[in-house]
Amino acid sequence: MIKNVDNPALEIHDLTVSYDRKPVLWGVDLTVPVGSIAAIIGPNGAGKSTLIKSIMGLIDLSSGYSKIFGEDLNNIRFRVSYVPQKESVDWDFPASVLDVVMMGRYAAIGLFKRPRKADKEAALLALDQVGMLAFKERQISQLSGGQQQRVFLARALTQQADIYFMDEPFAGVDAATEKTIIQLLKKLATQGKTIIVVHHDLQSVNSYFDWVIMLNLRLVASGPTDEVFTTKLIEETYGGKLTLLSEVGELMKKEQFPAREK
Amino acid sequence: MKELVIDFFSFSDPNVRYVVFGSILLSVSSAIVGCFTFLKKKALVGDVISHAVLPGICLSFIFSGTKDPFLLIIGAFVTGWLSIIVMDYIIQNSKIKEDTATGLSLSVFFGLGILLLTYIQHSGNAAQSGLDSFLFGKAAALVGKDLVAFGLIAIVVLLVVFFFYKEFKLLSFDPAFAKSMGIPVKRIELILSSITVMAVVTGIQAVGVVLMAAMLITPAAAARFWTDRLPYMLLFAAIIGAFSGLTGAFISYAAPAMPTGPWIVMVVSLIAVFSFFFAPKKGIILRLFKQRKIRRRLLEENLLKSLYKIGEINDDFKLARNQAEITEMRRFTPSQLTNGLKRLRGQGFINKTNNHWSLTQEGYQKGQRVVRLHRLWELYLTKYLRIAPDHVHEDAENIEHVITPELEKKLEALLEYPEYDPHQTEIPYRQ
Repeated sequence: MIKNVDNPALEIHDLTVSYDRKPVLWGVDLTVPVGSIAAIIGPNGAGKSTLIKSIMGLIDLSSGYSKIFGEDLNNIRFRVSYVPQKESVDWDFPASVLDVVMMGRYAAIGLFKRPRKADKEAALLALDQVGMLAFKERQISQLSGGQQQRVFLARALTQQADIYFMDEPFAGVDAATEKTIIQLLKKLATQGKTIIVVHHDLQSVNSYFDWVIMLNLRLVASGPTDEVFTTKLIEETYGGKLTLLSEVGELMKKEQFPAREK
Repeated sequence: MKELVIDFFSFSDPNVRYVVFGSILLSVSSAIVGCFTFLKKKALVGDVISHAVLPGICLSFIFSGTKDPFLLIIGAFVTGWLSIIVMDYIIQNSKIKEDTATGLSLSVFFGLGILLLTYIQHSGNAAQSGLDSFLFGKAAALVGKDLVAFGLIAIVVLLVVFFFYKEFKLLSFDPAFAKSMGIPVKRIELILSSITVMAVVTGIQAVGVVLMAAMLITPAAAARFWTDRLPYMLLFAAIIGAFSGLTGAFISYAAPAMPTGPWIVMVVSLIAVFSFFFAPKKGIILRLFKQRKIRRRLLEENLLKSLYKIGEINDDFKLARNQAEITEMRRFTPSQLTNGLKRLRGQGFINKTNNHWSLTQEGYQKGQRVVRLHRLWELYLTKYLRIAPDHVHEDAENIEHVITPELEKKLEALLEYPEYDPHQTEIPYRQ
C-alpha cells in the first residue's frame, strides 16, 4: 500500500541502489508530505540507511532520482539537514562539543571565512534546545551515547533546514535523551518542518510518527501511520526476505550485470 | 662545548643557517599537514607519497639533465600525487582493501624509482652524483637555493591550512556530513593531498624517502597526547617539529659524523615516546601512578573499615587492636598491613601504642562511612535491582570506595535513611 501526496516534501522516483552490482534497494517510489514526522522501518539489511544516504547524494544511484520540495538536492542543500549515525565518526577527535555543533554552520559561513559571532550564538541556542549547554566545553570523547546523539542533533539544528534526514537517532540513547529528541522533533513538525527518521523500535512507531515508510529491499508500504502500520504489512515487511529477489541480486553481482541497461 | 653552542646559535656560518632554517621549515610544514593525515587515519599515505616521489625525481633529471631543485620538486610532485590517485582508484574500483592498495602503490612506485635511479647511475652522466641522497636525505648539504624552495613551500602549506582550516577539520571528523551540506569534499580532499605531497617532497630532501613518514605522523601523534583541541594540536605539532629540526641540525653540527635528517627523526621519536609515557591524563606513567593511588586508597579504607567492624563487635571503637585481630576480620598481606597502617598513622587516622592500633576520631568517622556506604549499597541493590541479599556483598565491596558525598546523600534520601541492611545489620550514621 503506497499512498502519494501532492506537493510532497520528498519525492522518490524509481530509485534503485546497488553495492557492487547487487541491488540493495529495488525501484522505490514514494512521496512524503510536508510537515510530517516519517519513520523508515524494516529489518536489518533492508536498505533503510542506504535510502537516506542515496537521497543525500552519498551513494551513487543505479537508477531513478529523488527530489526535495520538487527540486534537485544540489539546488536546495541549504534547506536540507542530515544527521548521520553517531557511530559513523570517531568521537576521539580533538574537538569540544561547541566545535562540533558549529560545524553545522560551515556551509553557510562559506569557504575561507571564519565563524562569526552569530554562528556561535546559533550553536549555543541549538545546544540549549537539546539540553547540552552545560557541556559546551566538554571534550567529545567524554560524552555518553545519548549526549553524542544530542550533539549531532544540535549540529543539525544550527543548519535551520526545512527537512531533516536522521539515521537512527534513537539507537543506543538513554530514555531521557529519547524523550528530548522526540519532543524536539514534534516541535519542529509544528513549525512546518519535515523529518524523516530511520527507526528500529516498532513499539514507539504509533506515538512518534505520523507517516511510515516500510522497507525490505523494496518498498512494502508508505503512508499515514494509522493506515499502513498494520499487522499485515508489518508481517510482510519483517517476514523474511523475498528469496527470489535476493537470488537475482546475487546473480547480478556474480555476473557484474548492470541494474539498468544504459 | 660552550663555544660550539655559541658558534651554532650565532648562525654566522651560512651553511649552519641553511641547514637550521631548512630543517625547521620542513619539519614544521610536515608536522602541520601530518596532523590532518593522522586524524584522517591515513598515516601510511605519507609513506606512499614519499616512496612515490622517487621516480618523479629521476624522470625529471632524465629529461632536464640538471639537479635544479625546482625541476626536481615538480617531478616529485607529479608522481607523488599520482600515487594517491592510483591508490584511491584501486580502493574505489576493485575489491582490494585499503591496506593492500597502500602497499601496492608504495612498492610499485618505489620499485620504478629504484629502477630509474640505477639506470641513471649507470648512464655515465656526471651530473647525477648525489641524486641518491634523496633515498636517505642530505640535510647537512642544503644550499641557499634549496632554502628558498623550502621556504616557498612552507608558506604555501601554512597559508592553505590557514584558509581551509575549518574545511580540513570537518573533513577529518565527518566527511559524509560535509558532503551532505554541499561542501566540495572531493576538491578539498585534493587540496589536502596536494599540500601533503608538497610537504613530503620538501621533507625527503632532508630526511630521505624512508624516514619521511615519521616526519609527517610522529609530531601529530606526540601532540595529540598533550591536548584535546585541534588548534593546540597543530601548534604543539609545529613546535615539536621545529624543536626537532633545530636539535637535529645542532647534533650533526656538534658531532660532524652525525647525519642531520636521521637525528631530526630521532628527536621527534624521543619526544613521542616521552609523551606516550609522561603526558598528563593520557600518559602511561601518570595512569599507573593514578592506579597505584587508587590501590592505596582501597587498602587504607579497607583497613579503617576492618578496625571499625572489630569495634562493632563489642561496641568499643577506640580500643587498640593488634595485627592478628585485624587479619581475622579481613585478610591483608603482611606488607599491606605494615605499609597501610604506617600510612594511616602518618595521616592521623590511627594511633599506635606498643604494636596495637586504635582509631582516632577522624579514623572512626572514615571507617564508619565506608561501612555505611557498603550497607546502603547492598540495600539499594536488593531493593532497586532485585538482586538476592546473598549476592550483593561482592559488588558493595567495590562500590563503597567509589561513591562521592553527593551520591551518598542521594542514596540516603532515596532509601529514606534505612536502619538496617539486607542482612539485618545496623547501618551506622554520623552522630
